[in-house]
Amino acid sequence: MDAILLQILNGLDKGGAYALIALGLTIIFGTLGVVNFAHGALFMLGAFCAVALKSLLQVSFVTESATQKDFLGNPLKIETPYIEHWFGDFGSFLIEYSVPAAILMAIPVMLLIGVTMERGLIRFFYKRPHAEQILVTFGLAIVLGEVVKKFFGANPIPQSAPELARGMVDFGVMLGFDPGAVPYPTWRLVYFLFSLAVIGSVFAFLQFTTFGMVVRAGMADRETVGLLGIDIDRRFTIVFGIAAVVAGLAGVMYTPIQPPDYHWGMDFLVLSFVVVVVGGMGSLGGAVSAGFLLGILQSFASMNEVKSLLPGIDQIIIYLIAVIILLVRPRGLMGRKGVMES
Amino acid sequence: MTASKTTSSSDLILLACFAAAVMAGPVILAPFGAGYPDLLQKFAIFGIFAIGFNILFGLTGYLSFGHAAFLGAGSYTAVWTFKLFSMNPIPAIIMATAFGGVFALVIGFISLRRSGIYFSILTLAFAQMSYNLAYSVLTPITNGETGLQLVQTDPRWLDTTVFGRDYGSTLPSSDLFGITMTGYSGFYFCAVMLIICFYISMRIFRSPFGLMLRAVKTNQNRLNYTGVNTRPYTLAAFVISGMYAGLAGGLMAVTDPLAGAERMQWTASGEVVLMTILGGTGTLLGPVIGAGAIKYFENIFSAYNDTTLMNIFSFLPEGLQTGVVNILGLFVGDGWHLTLGALFMLIVIFLPGGLMEGVNRLVNWATARFKNKDDGAPTPEPAAS
Repeated sequence: MDAILLQILNGLDKGGAYALIALGLTIIFGTLGVVNFAHGALFMLGAFCAVALKSLLQVSFVTESATQKDFLGNPLKIETPYIEHWFGDFGSFLIEYSVPAAILMAIPVMLLIGVTMERGLIRFFYKRPHAEQILVTFGLAIVLGEVVKKFFGANPIPQSAPELARGMVDFGVMLGFDPGAVPYPTWRLVYFLFSLAVIGSVFAFLQFTTFGMVVRAGMADRETVGLLGIDIDRRFTIVFGIAAVVAGLAGVMYTPIQPPDYHWGMDFLVLSFVVVVVGGMGSLGGAVSAGFLLGILQSFASMNEVKSLLPGIDQIIIYLIAVIILLVRPRGLMGRKGVMES
Repeated sequence: MTASKTTSSSDLILLACFAAAVMAGPVILAPFGAGYPDLLQKFAIFGIFAIGFNILFGLTGYLSFGHAAFLGAGSYTAVWTFKLFSMNPIPAIIMATAFGGVFALVIGFISLRRSGIYFSILTLAFAQMSYNLAYSVLTPITNGETGLQLVQTDPRWLDTTVFGRDYGSTLPSSDLFGITMTGYSGFYFCAVMLIICFYISMRIFRSPFGLMLRAVKTNQNRLNYTGVNTRPYTLAAFVISGMYAGLAGGLMAVTDPLAGAERMQWTASGEVVLMTILGGTGTLLGPVIGAGAIKYFENIFSAYNDTTLMNIFSFLPEGLQTGVVNILGLFVGDGWHLTLGALFMLIVIFLPGGLMEGVNRLVNWATARFKNKDDGAPTPEPAAS
């Protein structure tokens, strides 16, 4: 029982990432009708916002210590980040919390990137076939990945969670298991809660604001909304920006779980596409639930008991599920009838 | 594309020109610094791969993102044929082609139940599954990350029992009845295969079967409404292109007996899509040209680094020189993939018909100019491809 709980917990953080990326993908598809193969790259760019902020904060100057010597007898060199020098304790606090702080930086940056991408490239592809949309965004994904590689190198760059969230939560105790039976890294819990919060705010935004109402109407029938005198194109540009922000935030917070590298875009893209397809193209609830579902299933498949029964299942489970879903229920778990069914 | 009348005689001329150009490849390409066998082999092999992909994508419009799986499978089959049966490349490529076909039959049978982007994702999913499995569970067959290699103790059953050949203590390389498959002989082996493949693809393009595939691309619904079951046609196209990919993978193993799972990765599938699009989707020559262009520029661009660039631009004033080099340096050497991605985007945005469309546009433009000058003079029809 505690093993099952542990696997469910393990799947939640990855599931949260899948859900956030898939949410953006499916919003873009539902509103703009564009298949965006560069969405994984947006996730990666978000992650590198965190990396960039951290290295920006850590820009340091070197002083020679008057008292301490290193092993060669030379004066010990001490690196002090400017930010600590200027702001003292607040500076070190900022460095410590660079990953959460990067959220503040990522929101405007990703919004800008998203809007630029939509205005500069995607809007020319609304009327072109899906195949060409896939190809051009695939090209863009390669370009973005390579640019990041040029600036940050090809190796993964580990990021640390804030001190407070570095430990483990003994989750089992709360539910009456033995202490130590269900240990869970605190940051993963934070990530899960964070993803829930982001998903909740996106849903609330679409559900309870006038803007969201127009967007939902546009998803249902773009033309009629346009006929009512609403500039739907401009709204959709912002929607694209929001989807980029959601993917970017997912990336920022994921950095302490897995060190980011430029290849993330491609890795997560394929998986989150599968998530969208399983959930149903254009279905928001479907994307979220399929994201968590697949994350949890993946973590179950990597249990040793399962692996000894079905060797290799952990490697292919997600794709296998996608194939089965596409064959028996092509509109996905929660897709609307008639939307992209063929 | 111009649907002009194409007689079999003009096709024969095209084939003859193509064959002559391929055979003379080492001479023609020498001035461009590409006249050496390793690169020429790549041209031919990826040409075959792209021709095969074009039979599926160009004719039926089904965009497969998993064709690298067949390429990788072909490579593994060929290396296993070397290990178990004979170092002769002919059984190896026959087995590779056949296995590529069978593999494509299985995947195509399932994937073709859907179309559009769902088809792309299904093929992508299958390719990723094959890739992941090749790295993990199938390690006894694929040798995992190390890659499948020949070893001295391989049985090579046909060689030892039928031909009575003993390689002694040397690690054998593949040879066609005594001709080693490296260097120019390897290239010519691939070149002959390329010409055969080109001929077959040409026949498919001109056949009623090819017409049916084009009809699928144009309007599959209408075909279905008229009572045609399109599935067998698309499946046949999928299997044929899978066989081409298997053959290409087999040839890779022939020229260099080593097979690794990275050939199956989905970025490799993306590369062949790019080759086809760059050359011109749905044209005969386009994919070969696209494959050649990409492999050529990959080779050229990867060779540059900042120092060579500095030398090239040494005539510029110092500040300008470093500026230019810094910008260009992004695109060469390790940054070759950046160029590839940018090229990909540019082609899709501005020239969806690929280089062949560009050439046709130029020819049309030139003929129009020509017509205006000498009024009414007979103008040569642009070469249909």
